[in-house]
Amino acid sequence: MATPNKETLLDWYRQMYLIRQFETKCDELYRQKKITGVYLHLYSGHEAVGVGALATLGPTDHVITAYRDHGIALARGVDAKPIMAEMMGKKTGTSGGKGGSMHLASREHNFWGGYAIVGGHLPLAAGIALESRYNGKQDVVISFIGDGATNNGYFHEALNMSAIWDLPVIWIIENNLVGMGTRIEDSSGQVELHKRAVGYGIKDLERVDGQDVMAVYERVAEGVAHARTKGPVLIEAMTYRYKGHGVSDRSYDKRLEDELREWVQNRDPLKIHERYLLDKYKNITTEIKKIEREMDAVVEESVEFALTSPDPTYADLINNVYVE
Amino acid sequence: MSVKMLPMREALRAALREEMLRDERVFVMGEEVGVWQGTHRVTRGLLDEFGAKRVRDTPISEMAIAGVAVGAAMAGLRPVAEMMTINFAFLAIDAIINHAAKIHYMFDGMFRVPLVIRAASGWGDQATATHSHTAEPIFAHFPGLYVACPATPADGKGMLKTAIRNDNPVLFTESIGLYSKPGPVPDDEDFVLPVGKADIKREGRHCTIVTYARGLEWSLHAADELAKEGIECEVVDMRWLRPLDMATVFESFKKTNHCVVVEESLPFYSFGSEIAAQIQEHMFDYMDAPVKRVTAMDVPLPYARDIELMALPDTSKVVSAVKEVLHV
Repeated sequence: MATPNKETLLDWYRQMYLIRQFETKCDELYRQKKITGVYLHLYSGHEAVGVGALATLGPTDHVITAYRDHGIALARGVDAKPIMAEMMGKKTGTSGGKGGSMHLASREHNFWGGYAIVGGHLPLAAGIALESRYNGKQDVVISFIGDGATNNGYFHEALNMSAIWDLPVIWIIENNLVGMGTRIEDSSGQVELHKRAVGYGIKDLERVDGQDVMAVYERVAEGVAHARTKGPVLIEAMTYRYKGHGVSDRSYDKRLEDELREWVQNRDPLKIHERYLLDKYKNITTEIKKIEREMDAVVEESVEFALTSPDPTYADLINNVYVE
Repeated sequence: MSVKMLPMREALRAALREEMLRDERVFVMGEEVGVWQGTHRVTRGLLDEFGAKRVRDTPISEMAIAGVAVGAAMAGLRPVAEMMTINFAFLAIDAIINHAAKIHYMFDGMFRVPLVIRAASGWGDQATATHSHTAEPIFAHFPGLYVACPATPADGKGMLKTAIRNDNPVLFTESIGLYSKPGPVPDDEDFVLPVGKADIKREGRHCTIVTYARGLEWSLHAADELAKEGIECEVVDMRWLRPLDMATVFESFKKTNHCVVVEESLPFYSFGSEIAAQIQEHMFDYMDAPVKRVTAMDVPLPYARDIELMALPDTSKVVSAVKEVLHV
């Protein structure tokens, strides 16, 4: 595995910064009631997991995730404009305004979507991987899994089926320590979730620091190499959510103020990667600042695009129920 | 086109085999579909002919059988997933309803789910409460899914081939009581039947009997008996619960002005409820009597044979219902 060059390392920072700014803007727009609805699950705090993991994939590989999907869409290279438009329920959104924030997708990026039923996308990941094997391809699927999804039947059934059919799936648990409002130690008998791999006979790639983009990249790359020719792997990325379960959840932050402060101050993925860049390259500050200004503009443009986009109509309400 | 006498299970097998020969993307997956040769023997011989890549035995994992099939269909394959029985499809109802049925709409047409989920449905011999469901109306409640329920071997073959070739997800139910019943089946690999088209299985002018799947047999027998008394029933086999061909029902009703609905399933929020509601909404001026429903009784099915049969519809109950609406 080649060590990423300066350009790649800066690009990871660019992506993480974009996600952070995008999510901060979504939070703001929600409070201004420009983004409406009851669900908006922000990826702030998780950036290194999505960016590091997806950096290992080629364009013909596949990605699928749960409802905390904005950052995954951005990390896969989907344009911020249709993503923001989907947040606002506009016709120009990734799903034409019919899916909302939890159902972003892009066929051309092989990003198969965000899914809002906990665990519901796991067998879909296995099915997409089955197509790859069935047609003799080498393409792999990265399926992100919230820690909370590891205790319903979908997790069990999908991981087991991926094992018996040697499906090319990299199962990545994003363990942010809490499922909605229930702590991992109150929901799982075995809190080291990667150990579940043993029960299914799939490769256990253990825990990785999900706040360190380089560490995530290296571990997932190992998983991708295994999955392409052999079979599924399970990785547990330790991370933290900065904005609660969703934007309507504020009590959790207060309950765990000290824990949140610790992660934000000492384990923030952007700060960790920025420090890495500053240590490795002299005089890189100017480049970092330039990237930040560019990404600020990308977010602003996405908001402008979404605000000025048309709403879906009655014709949209009734079309695409079936393939005609 | 030649015709062969085949039982339903063999007609269904012929459809699967022909479609697998026709299209490399079509494959079968489910519990006991391969080595065991299919719980209801529908997939007998397919493993030997097509191999384990295309006839895939699965663990007892209904959520994953349905969900993996959804993913494979999205990615371009054409899975035919077997649920063994519809009772077990309850375990997979999220994958079927929240995923198979919703994905095309929710992502505004970005993905297609060309998937068939086959499930045996209906009561068998003393199969008891958990193994006797005729649950297809539950699935027909949700937009995004087609629901196919053939009553004859020919329809079974033609509808299954249609379902496999269609780009939408189809729940395809097979009445347990019909698997062994023979009928003439066209021996033609291009014999397909249109989606959502009912079929008038007997013409008549006094009363319309609307039914599907196993209800057809009771309805036709009842029509024979009633004909001896000079009562001519028109028997409409709906064949698909979704799309529901109400146009054919309305045309018949305009002629007969009377209707009995016959189904193997339960009465609450049912197939019969939907037919009756649509007739009163759209055919009020043609109604000479309220619509009568013949269904299973509103109880879980017991084990003991006598009381099990008491709870179920049969020919005599259809005869009585027709006489009741005709006031004879």
